Amino acid sequence: MKGAPYAHPSPTTTLKRARSAPYLFLLPATTLFLLFFALPIGYAIWLSFHKVKVSGLGLGAGARKEVWAGLENYTDALTDSELVDGALRVLGYGCIVVPVMLGLALLFALMLDSEKVRLAPFTRLAIFLPYAVPGVVAALLWGFLYLPDVSPFYFVLDRLGLPQPDLLDGGPLYLALSNIAVWGGTGFNMIVIYTSLQAIPAEVYEAAKLDGATPLQVALRIKIPMVAPSLVLTFFFSIIATLQVFTEPTTLKPLTNSVSTTWSPLMKVYQDAFGKGDIHAAAAQATIIALATLLLSFGFLRAANRRNKRDVSQGGAR
Amino acid sequence: MSSLAVSKTGPAAGTTPGTAQSSPPLRRRIALVPTVTLLLGAVYCLLPVAWVVIAATKSGSELFSTFTFLPGTGFADNFSDLNAYRDGVYWQWMGNSALYAVLGALLSTSVSAFSGYALAMYRFPGRQAIFNVLLAGVLMPPVILAIPQYLLLAKADLTDSYLSVLLPQILSPYGVYLARIYAAAAVPADVVEAGRMDGASEWRIFTRVALPMMVPGMVTVFLFQFVAIWNNFLLPYIMLSDDERFPITVGLQTLLEQGANTPALYTLVITGAFLAVIPLVALFLVIQRFWSLDLLSGAVKS
Repeated sequence: MKGAPYAHPSPTTTLKRARSAPYLFLLPATTLFLLFFALPIGYAIWLSFHKVKVSGLGLGAGARKEVWAGLENYTDALTDSELVDGALRVLGYGCIVVPVMLGLALLFALMLDSEKVRLAPFTRLAIFLPYAVPGVVAALLWGFLYLPDVSPFYFVLDRLGLPQPDLLDGGPLYLALSNIAVWGGTGFNMIVIYTSLQAIPAEVYEAAKLDGATPLQVALRIKIPMVAPSLVLTFFFSIIATLQVFTEPTTLKPLTNSVSTTWSPLMKVYQDAFGKGDIHAAAAQATIIALATLLLSFGFLRAANRRNKRDVSQGGAR
Repeated sequence: MSSLAVSKTGPAAGTTPGTAQSSPPLRRRIALVPTVTLLLGAVYCLLPVAWVVIAATKSGSELFSTFTFLPGTGFADNFSDLNAYRDGVYWQWMGNSALYAVLGALLSTSVSAFSGYALAMYRFPGRQAIFNVLLAGVLMPPVILAIPQYLLLAKADLTDSYLSVLLPQILSPYGVYLARIYAAAAVPADVVEAGRMDGASEWRIFTRVALPMMVPGMVTVFLFQFVAIWNNFLLPYIMLSDDERFPITVGLQTLLEQGANTPALYTLVITGAFLAVIPLVALFLVIQRFWSLDLLSGAVKS
C-alpha cells in the first residue's frame, strides 16, 4: 500500500483493482465463515448420518469404526421421549415468552413515543438495562427471588397469610423461566420497535389529528401497522432465540429438582454429546432442532407476509 | 395514548376548571397513563438489580433472617470472602471475560467493517449471494455450531484454550449487517470515487476516508458484540474445562452449582453476581451520553 505512486493510474488498472478489492475486504469474513460456520455445520450433518461400530471387545486401534448409519440417528431422536418432551416444554415456554415479551416491548415503545410523557429517558434506560445483564446472572437473580427463604414475595405472602406457591415446580416453573426471558429481552425489542416508530414521518399523523382520531386509534390504526415490519422481525428472532433456550434452565438447575438435565432440547443435546459421549446422536438432534427452528421461524415469516399482502390489497380495494 | 390519558385524568388532575377546554394548558400537562406504565416497567426491570445490590450487603445469617430490602452489614466480609475464594479465581474470571469481550469485539468490529464496506460500496458478482450466506449465520442455532466446533477444535488441539472461545465469536452476522447499513448511509459514493481519481489505493480510501465516517456505526457494532461475548454462556461452557480460563458467566454458574447444597456459599454467589453486573451497567450508563440506543437497531440519521 505504501509508496503507491500518486500519478493518475490508467483507467484499466483502477477497474481491475476495484474488481479484486471487495473480495479482499471480504476475505476475513468468508474465511471465518467457512471455518466456524460452514465446516462445523457440514461436520454435524456428516456425524448425524454415522455411528460408531465396535468390533470385538472394542479394544485396540481400529476396533471402533465410524460407519454409515443412514437415518438411524434421526429415527432414534424422533422417538426419544426425552427430546420430544423437551420440545413440548419449550413450545409451551415459547408460547408464553414470545407474546408477553413482544407485547410489553410494543406497549413500552408506544408509551415512549406518546406526547407529553415524562421521565422517558430514565425509564427507557431502565427497561433496556437487563440487556446488559448476562443470562446466567439474570437467571441467578430471579432464581434467588423465587427461593422462599430469601424472596421478598414470599415474605409479603407470609405476612398476609396467603398461600405460598412453589415457583420452581410444575406449572409455575414455566412462568418462572418465562419471566427471566421476558425480563432480559423486552428492552432490546422495545428499542427496535421504538426506533421504527420514530421513523414515521409527522405528516402521517396530521390527517388523523384533523379527523379527530384519539391517540388510541392512532396507535392501533397507524402506528402499529406502520411498525409491522419491525414487529415481524422481532417475532422472527424471538422464536429462534426461544427455541434455543439453554442458559436460564441450566443456571436454575442447581436450585430445583424440577429442571432435569434434559429440560430443553438443547440441554438434551448437550447431555448426549458430553454426558453420554454420543456425538452422533447429539448431531442428529441438533440438526433436527435447527431444521425445526428454521421451519417455524420461516413459516411465521411467510404467514406474516401473506397476511401483510392481504391487508394491503384490502386497503387498496377500499 | 397521550391525550387520551390527558382527557381521562384531566378533571382529576386538579387544574383550574374552565381552562380544560382550551388547548394550551392541556398540552403542558403530563400524559399520565404512558408515564405510569413506563415507570412500572422500570420498577420491574430494576427490581432484581436492586435486590442483588442489597443482598450483597448481607451476611449469611442476615440473608435468611432480615427483610429482603433491608441492607445488611456484611458487604466487606462478603467481598473479602469472594477475594479469598480459591485464591481470587473470581477476579481471574472477570479478567477473562474482559479479555474475551474486548479482544473479540475489536476483531469482530474490524471484520464487520471490512465486509460491510465491501458489500455497501462495491458492485461485484456474488455480492448479494455472499451477503445472504453471511446473514444466514444468524439463523443457525448456536448448539448446532458449538458442538461440531468443539469437536473440530479438539482435532486441532485447541479446545480448553483462550482461542477456542475467541475465534468462533469473531464473525458476527448481525455485525456485518449493521456495518453494511452504516457504510451505505455514511460513506458517499462520490467521495470514494474522488479518492480513486486522486490515485489513492482502495485500502487507503477505506482507512483514510471511509473508516472515519463509519466510526459511530462501528462503535455500535463493537458494543453489540462486546455485550454478546460478555454474556455468552453456551460456547465457553462447552469449550472450557479449566476454570482458570472461565469467563464470569461460566464461573458464576459453577459457583452456584457448588453452592446449591451449602447455603453458606449463597452470599458468595450473590456478591459475585452483584459485582458481575457492575461493568456492563456502568458501560451503558457512561456511553449513553454520547451514543444513542437507537443505533443498536440499525437506525441511521438521514
